[in-house]
Amino acid sequence: MFNYNFRWNQALSSLPQMLEGALVTIEIAVLSMAIGITVAILLTLFRLSGSRPLSAIATTWVEIARNTPALFQIYMVHFGLGGFGIHLSPYLSLLIGIAFNNAGYLTENFRGALKAIPETQTRAARSLGMSPIQAFQNVILPQMLRISFLPMTNQMVWAILMTSLGAVVAMNTDLYGVTSELNARTFRTFELFAIAAVIFYVITKAITLSARLLAARLFRY
Amino acid sequence: MFDTALTANDLVFLAKGAGMTLLVTAISVFFGTILGILFGVIRYQIGPWWATPMTLVLDVFRSIPLLIQLVLANAFITTVLGLRISGFAVACGVLSLYTAAYCAEIVRGGIESVPQTLRRAARSLGMTWGQDMTYVVLPLATRVALPSWIGLALGVMKDSALVYIVQVVELLKSTQILITRLQEPLFLLMICGLFYFLISFPIARFGGYLEKRWSND
Repeated sequence: MFNYNFRWNQALSSLPQMLEGALVTIEIAVLSMAIGITVAILLTLFRLSGSRPLSAIATTWVEIARNTPALFQIYMVHFGLGGFGIHLSPYLSLLIGIAFNNAGYLTENFRGALKAIPETQTRAARSLGMSPIQAFQNVILPQMLRISFLPMTNQMVWAILMTSLGAVVAMNTDLYGVTSELNARTFRTFELFAIAAVIFYVITKAITLSARLLAARLFRY
Repeated sequence: MFDTALTANDLVFLAKGAGMTLLVTAISVFFGTILGILFGVIRYQIGPWWATPMTLVLDVFRSIPLLIQLVLANAFITTVLGLRISGFAVACGVLSLYTAAYCAEIVRGGIESVPQTLRRAARSLGMTWGQDMTYVVLPLATRVALPSWIGLALGVMKDSALVYIVQVVELLKSTQILITRLQEPLFLLMICGLFYFLISFPIARFGGYLEKRWSND
């Protein structure tokens, strides 16, 4: 037991490359969250619109996103769309896959948040002469985003963790991709992935902490 | 689209993959829940301060991608310790701990939802700690924790798609193998996705129903 030579120096020498990968990981997570939140707001509007086909689209999206593995969704974007002759780069496939997943989960979070906002507020806003869109935009939306701030933070952490799934579409510029490529060259599996794990840990902790600080500043009453 | 090269043998192959997915999930959820309840009760019992080391360790499982956890565990066991152990065992072990990390939080939340006064009343009636736990806390905490636990179990089933990295051929991996051979990605992925959906959707709905039914209002 333990006749294994740890070679931390060798693995640590590739730290700059891995940190660059970490930047790509953060970039994908942030972009996917931005797209996810936008789409989720749109889907929430679909649900509120009262139109049957529109809310059917929203429900289908949410149920598929929540009831199949994220890995499957990314795979579907890359190879499934490939079946239609649409070939996306690994980067785009990963981004779209994660954004799809985010949008589904966030729509469900928004639904929960909407329940906490009294129906009477919409009616009050409408009585004041606001159009339905104005009422949503000025009265409902800010509260909805505030209530679902914590779930959104969690989703952001999930987005970071999900970037590692890019492995399945041969993504090689994000943190996981860079690490596994270095691994294929040097075979220092344990050392390299331990470093990657530490980087992931630091990123997720930084996100939760900064979100908490941000919430404390933003949501003072 | 229905003109496919898929044979009965391939379907059996897919079914085996699906069976593997369910097996890994069942084992991990079973052991993960036992460990999770244990950790959750300990965490509650000794208070947040003394439980800090445990919370930190469990937190690691929730802050690092499962894929990396699997690779690390596999590398540690097979190359660092030099043990001969199957990928299946590694997958089940890692997934169990992963489940336990989430389950501990759910259990703690469940216990905390039981009003302190109710438990003091139980103890005042002469119930022992064990009786208090089994007759007062367990039924009440279950109502709060069960819907989340169902969500967790489904989450583990979906996350079990990642165990391909330690050479376990589960549903998604077997689909992948067939795609490489048959070159019909869309059709095969539909089958695979449908399987996950058909298992996950009804159970998720049931969880939602329980949550609504059991909420205190």
